[in-house]
Amino acid sequence: MTRLLRNAVMLLLLMTVITGVLYPLVATGLAQLIFPQQANGSLIVKDGKPIGSVLIGQSFTDPKYFWGRPSATTPQADNGANSGGSNLGPTNPALTDAVKQRIAALRAADPGNTAPVPVDLVTASGSGLDPEISPAAAQYQLARVAKARGLSTAQVQALVNEYTSGRQLGVFGEPRVNVLQLNLALDAPRLASSPLVGED
Amino acid sequence: MTTHDFLQVGLYLVVLLLLVKPVGSYMALVFADTPNRVTRFGGGVERAIYRLCGIRADEAMGWKRYALAMLLFNVLGVLVVYLLQRVQPWLPLNPQHFAAVSPDSAMNTAISFASNTNWQGYAGESTMSYLTQMLGLAVQNFLSAATGIAVLVAVVRGFSRRSSLSIGNFWVDLTRSTLYVLLPLSLLMTLLLVSQGVVQNFKPYVDVPVVQTTSYTETVKDAAGNAVKDAAGHEVTRETPVTTQTLPMGPAASQIAIKMLGTNGGGFFNANSAHPYENPTPFSNFIEMLAILLIPGGLCYMFGMQVGDRRQGWAILATMLVIFIPLTIALVAAEQAGNPALHGLAVDQHASALQAGGNMEGKETRFGIAASGLFAAITTAASCGAVNAMHDSLTPLGGLVPMWLMQLGEVIFGGVGSGLYGMLAFAVVAVFIAGLMVGRTPEYLGKKIEAYEMKMASLAVLLPCALVVIGTAIAVMTPAGVAGVANPGAHGFSEILYAVSSASNNNGSAFGGLSANTPFWNVLLGICMFLARFPLTIAMLAMAGSLAAKRHVPESAGTLPTHTPLFITLLACVVVVVGALTFLPALALGPIAESLMSGH
Repeated sequence: MTRLLRNAVMLLLLMTVITGVLYPLVATGLAQLIFPQQANGSLIVKDGKPIGSVLIGQSFTDPKYFWGRPSATTPQADNGANSGGSNLGPTNPALTDAVKQRIAALRAADPGNTAPVPVDLVTASGSGLDPEISPAAAQYQLARVAKARGLSTAQVQALVNEYTSGRQLGVFGEPRVNVLQLNLALDAPRLASSPLVGED
Repeated sequence: MTTHDFLQVGLYLVVLLLLVKPVGSYMALVFADTPNRVTRFGGGVERAIYRLCGIRADEAMGWKRYALAMLLFNVLGVLVVYLLQRVQPWLPLNPQHFAAVSPDSAMNTAISFASNTNWQGYAGESTMSYLTQMLGLAVQNFLSAATGIAVLVAVVRGFSRRSSLSIGNFWVDLTRSTLYVLLPLSLLMTLLLVSQGVVQNFKPYVDVPVVQTTSYTETVKDAAGNAVKDAAGHEVTRETPVTTQTLPMGPAASQIAIKMLGTNGGGFFNANSAHPYENPTPFSNFIEMLAILLIPGGLCYMFGMQVGDRRQGWAILATMLVIFIPLTIALVAAEQAGNPALHGLAVDQHASALQAGGNMEGKETRFGIAASGLFAAITTAASCGAVNAMHDSLTPLGGLVPMWLMQLGEVIFGGVGSGLYGMLAFAVVAVFIAGLMVGRTPEYLGKKIEAYEMKMASLAVLLPCALVVIGTAIAVMTPAGVAGVANPGAHGFSEILYAVSSASNNNGSAFGGLSANTPFWNVLLGICMFLARFPLTIAMLAMAGSLAAKRHVPESAGTLPTHTPLFITLLACVVVVVGALTFLPALALGPIAESLMSGH
């Protein structure tokens, strides 16, 4: 029994060093060496300062921006320090009410658009930080954004296409549009000053 | 279901089945009794570990000593994880200055990680220091998985050894599982995940300015934390602007790799594998899903090799698939059909070239329906419990599937090691039932199944069932239990049933609306997780000890072959019947009732 206990204590100690210290250190070293951009959060850097991450969604409510997936994080939407979903059950009246409110907000920002809203635009994502929307959700908002910015729909469409990814390797997952990258591109000076679109 | 949904599920199964044989053959070498090229390669490190720990690697342990070593090692693990959480504010690598975790939560988490459950009552990014995550939680991810594999190897020796008093050496099995199986696979997977965007660093969280300043409404509170009310008695609120976003960081990839491979499931971040930093792309999602079933699937093949008849391993794997595939299709189909409650609203839930459609509440755009539904089925078939979509927001029938997959005893793949030894307990019960039908002494893999083995197998099969039913009953009769419920009606009951099913089968996923970080829930689920893991493991080791001591019975005309479609059907029926008889009444009160109501 004493020998077993000694074996157990020593082995736990050694395994803690191997799997708890050596393994993450080696993993971090290799990751930082081979994939530094990804390992550090896929940050978008402007003038040497991080202004967001390609992978983490931000909250948009202005008609001139594309809106992302609704976020159920607290206290504010898209709270990177407190990820999570709404956990509302499918039959919970609170879910139906939330969807109704989101439809109303979308329609208030875009009077006259009576098309049915793509489901991902009115349901909260699992992480509360979903950086992407479906191409359907981008199409639904395209005319509104173009109008609010005084751009043609073709110009905005070109940008949407640029930030749309298809299924990965042709099979995995779903097609999607990165909202933060798209909105940053809309705010970029080249668009605001002269409508040069589709050159890159 | 769309064609593309079928394609993704089919592709997953094909790749998994292609990997079963190489992984299984490799593990057969790792746990072989004789030295070979794998054990010679790492022999130096292995011997150094044994020498430092005073372990006699050649000591042949009987089942009692094996079980004692296993229990001692795991209880020590629980204590260490508990202490780490309690003293984390005074230890290094705590850049966010998190406080000590409360005693009940720390106890729950310690048992949870040591028992390979990884139920999480806390939110990772706002509770645990990097040091606690690394030295406590990540270490237990390895060691609880290694314990599961070790016990399985010992149980298989019960069948393969003849007239033997020993079922192996726990220290050797544990060390080899970790060094040869879990570590190399984890390192490979870490790099695959980082390539897709999973974070791996030791930096503090990064604050970035947001593109559009938004605001949220907040109730004003006084110094005592009570809401301030105006003259009319309404709560006073104020608009708080949001100008920055905090991006969480940390050594996530290395921990996520082992959380998947070891069927642990405990997330680095609260949203688990739905979080873009834990699972950034559809490809990372595919890798994570493969990693969950890789070792459980490979162990079936290894089992066949070690008992000297590969068909036995394939038969067990086939039984798992016979149950897994229809349930997966049911889950994806239910989610793709969308939420009936939204049918009357101006919402488009149809699948098209431009959107996945379906029930997208709690799901990520990049995964859509197929990759979320498949993940939910895999993570609950295995006792992983990682989630890439919020199970609480699944449709009623979509949510029934994961719940029932857990209640089947986590034997459809199940946890690494634990799933297969659980399934072997069912196989023993199945040959016993077949023996009763024809009036012969039952045999399995050349060993007579007698009263002692039946007692142990029945205990292993029935203990988790009893824990679920009794635990749920206690929770629904207690105000503190019901207080945690978030959703009204039948769905609220489902939240309780899901939580207790998850803990009592060492899964760890949740209907996350349930507020389970309370003393009542922490204690109840802590007890369930402990009892589901360790007494069951000891019963299986006892069965293995008894079997190992027996002589080999040569096959005769009266022996029931256990690799045929007939036996596969029989075994699948036993698993399904035990699961259906035990849980149908409870399921009728939860997801089935909700489904019947949701059409109206």
